[in-house]
Amino acid sequence: MEDLSDLYQEIILAHNKRPRNGEPLIPCTHRAEGFNPLCGDKLTVYLRKEDKQVDEIACSTEGCAISRASGSIMTTMIQGKTVSEIEKLIEETKVLLTGDEEPEIDLVEHGDMAALVGVRKFPARIKCATLAWHALEAAIKGNNVTTTE
Amino acid sequence: MKEDINFREDFPILSQEINGKPLIYLDNAATTQKPRAVIERLSDFLSEENANIHRGVHYLSMNATQSYDESRSCVANFINAEHDEEIIFVRGATEAINLVARSFCSERLGPDDEILVTEMEHHANIVPWQLVAGEHGARVVPAPITDEGELDLAQFESLLNERTKLVAFVHVSNALGTINPVKKMTDMAHQRGIPVLVDGAQAVAHQKVDVQELGCDFYVFSSHKIFGPDGQGVLYGRKEHLNGMTPYQGGGDMIEIVSFDGTTFRSAPERFEAGTPNISGAIGLKAAIDYVNDIGWETIHEKESLLLSHANESLTKIPSVRLIGTAEEKVPVLSFTIDSAHPHDVATILDAKGIAVRAGHHCAQPLMKRLGISATTRASLSFYNTVDEINQLAEALKEVTALFES
Repeated sequence: MEDLSDLYQEIILAHNKRPRNGEPLIPCTHRAEGFNPLCGDKLTVYLRKEDKQVDEIACSTEGCAISRASGSIMTTMIQGKTVSEIEKLIEETKVLLTGDEEPEIDLVEHGDMAALVGVRKFPARIKCATLAWHALEAAIKGNNVTTTE
Repeated sequence: MKEDINFREDFPILSQEINGKPLIYLDNAATTQKPRAVIERLSDFLSEENANIHRGVHYLSMNATQSYDESRSCVANFINAEHDEEIIFVRGATEAINLVARSFCSERLGPDDEILVTEMEHHANIVPWQLVAGEHGARVVPAPITDEGELDLAQFESLLNERTKLVAFVHVSNALGTINPVKKMTDMAHQRGIPVLVDGAQAVAHQKVDVQELGCDFYVFSSHKIFGPDGQGVLYGRKEHLNGMTPYQGGGDMIEIVSFDGTTFRSAPERFEAGTPNISGAIGLKAAIDYVNDIGWETIHEKESLLLSHANESLTKIPSVRLIGTAEEKVPVLSFTIDSAHPHDVATILDAKGIAVRAGHHCAQPLMKRLGISATTRASLSFYNTVDEINQLAEALKEVTALFES
C-alpha cells in the first residue's frame, strides 16, 4: 500500500472540512448532478454562465473526503474562465488523474489539484476524484446527470 | 470454548499479508473465506471426478450424479427440509428470489395487490418484486423499522391485508445484523393465508436454520456466504408449491418430453434446473456444510457471541463512533459512522492497515434513507476472527478520527 499521506494530504483534509463554493448556487444557468451508484457519492455542480464565460460556480457534495476536496478545488479553478479554457482544464485534469503516464507536477500550473494526484496510487478511489469534473463537463454540455461507475 | 481455538489456520487466505500487515478480514457479510476442506474438495473433484450429471452411463458421470445428489441431501438436512426435492440449486440467493417472483408470485398478482417487505431489505429482496409488481399494477410495501434497526412487529402485522399476495423479508439484515423474528412473522402471514419467502443469505453462516420450524414457504441463501464457492445458491420451497409453479428457465434436464406440439416438464427439483448446473459449486457447498457441521453450532455461536460483545464494547468506547443497528438480537455485524470521516475514507485507511471492511450503502439504499445516512462502514465478523483483530480495528478507528478531526 502506498503511503496514506499521499492521499490524505493537509490540503485535501482542509478542503474536505471546509469546501469552497459548497453551497447550492440558485438561480443558476446550468446544473448537473454527478452520482456514483457503487459508493453513493453524490454531488451537484451549478454554473452561472453568460456568453462563453462561467462567472460563478458551486459544487455541493455528499460524499467522501476525496470527492469533496476535488469538487472544492475544481470550483476555485473554474471561476471566471471561458468555456474553451474550462474544456481544456477538464482534459488536463483527466490526464493528470487517470493518464497512463505519471504526470509531472507543476505547483504553479496545477495549484491545489497537485494534492489530488496522490489518488493515482489508490485505484479504488480515482472515481471519487473525477466525479466533480465529469459533472462539470455535463453541466457545460447541458446534460443533467452523469455517473461514474 | 476458548478464545485461543484458532480457526484461522483452516483458511489459507488468512495467512497472507496485505499492504505489509497480516490480513484482518472483516468483510464476511460480503463473502466468507473458504476453508482448506472446501478448496481441496473442489480440487479433487475437478482433478479426478469431473463429468456432466444425469446424462451418461459411464462411470464418471454416474459418480458425479451421485455426488451432486448427495449435495442436495446434505443441504436438505442442513436446513431440515422435509424432502430432498424441496432443494433447488440456483446461482445464488438473488436468482432464487427472482425465480419465486417470476414462477410463483407473478401469476398471483393483480392491480393494487401488494407484496409486503421490510425497510431493512437488501436490493435483491426489493427489485425482483418491483419488476413483477410493475407488470400487474401491484406494488411493493415496506414494513417500518425502529431507529435501533428492529422490525416494528405491530406495524408489520397491521400492513397484512387481503391485497397482500406475498410477504418477503430478510432473516438477518446484511447492513445492521438484526435477526428478525421469522417464526412470528411467518405465523402472522399464514394466519391470513399469505405465503412467505425468507432471505437467509446472512443467516446461514451464523445459526442453525430449521425451515420446518420457521414454517416459511420459501427460504433462499448463497453458498459463498457460508464458506462455499460463489455462483451456487439454494432455493428451498415447500413441495406443494414447487410442482404447481411454471418453470423459470427452459432447457435440457428440466423436461419430460419435448416436441414441436408441446413440451412437458419434470417435477422439482429438475423442473427448475435447466441446463448443466454448477456441479462443482454444489459439491463445494456440501464440503462447506460438512465443515460447519464438524465445528458445530454451539462452538460457532459461543465464539461469535464473544466477538460481538467485545466489538460492541470496544467500538462504544470510541466517542466518535456511532453504531448503526443496535437490535437486541443480532449477528456479529457492526455498522457504524464517524461524523468527521466518510465511510470510504475510513475503509481506505483501514485497508492500509490490512483490515478489510465494507463501506457504502450495502445494497440497501431505502434502509440508509430511513436511517437518514448515506453510507456506513461495516465490520462483519465470522467465527474465525479474533479478539485481537477487533482491538486492532478499534485502534485504527481512533487513528482515523484523529486524522480527520485534526
